[in-house]
Amino acid sequence: MSISLFYIIAFLSIIFSLLVIFSKNPIHSVLYLIVTFFTFTIHYILLNAQFLAIVNFIVYMGAIMVLFLFVLMLLNLNEDSEKSKSILIKVAGIIAGMCLVITLVASLKTLDASEPVILKTANLGLVKNLGKVLFKEFLFPFEVSSLLLFSAMVGAVLLAKKEIKSA
Amino acid sequence: MDNISQVIQGVPLNHYILFSTIIFAIGVTGVLIRRNAIVIFMSVELMLNAVNLLLTAFSVYHNDAAGQVFVFFIMALAAAEVAVGLAIIVMIYRNTHSTDINTLSKLKW
Repeated sequence: MSISLFYIIAFLSIIFSLLVIFSKNPIHSVLYLIVTFFTFTIHYILLNAQFLAIVNFIVYMGAIMVLFLFVLMLLNLNEDSEKSKSILIKVAGIIAGMCLVITLVASLKTLDASEPVILKTANLGLVKNLGKVLFKEFLFPFEVSSLLLFSAMVGAVLLAKKEIKSA
Repeated sequence: MDNISQVIQGVPLNHYILFSTIIFAIGVTGVLIRRNAIVIFMSVELMLNAVNLLLTAFSVYHNDAAGQVFVFFIMALAAAEVAVGLAIIVMIYRNTHSTDINTLSKLKW
């Protein structure tokens, strides 16, 4: 176990996220995205954010990705049916993304060399500590997020429901 | 647990910012170059995840648990967004029989 583990995992994340956006088949994109989220889970574990690692594993890799795969198979998009954009637009998009990276990295260069990320209190990301913070300081946003999830559920059912023909 | 927290000692904060920047830019590029609406949604998820990781790194760096609680809220928001967004995509597919965003150009100037 050494410091290079972070760099290996970061490299894997970048490779798989590139594969997500460049693979032709949407099913392959979803599968690569699952691997990308798994590398993010490892990043959370390396930061000792155990609660977030578990939630990332369950919510992203479990629920959201199953939803994506479910919709893809429901719509039967697994064949390579997507007409790709013209090569000009693709090159322009890649250049735009590179410009974003260059701008942010250049603004990062104006900072001094940063201090290493050091975990000062070991139980910072554990469920016990986060639960105390969540239910003391962030109780109201927590309740509001339940309203958000409820409205999203109603909205999804309303949108995906078949329209009544009489209208 | 002590072993794991020893691993990250020495990774500079700048490298976390750099890594999140790259993942975020990959997400932006994915939104720009793809036409399938579902793949565009996946790119948005990539961007959200890059921000989540950076918030967690800052939270550990400043020794403040509020950042990790924020990540938790972002995850709840992402779940809601995906549910509504995929419902919209299903509805679009029912009307146009494709998920190509270029068929939805009626609002384009």
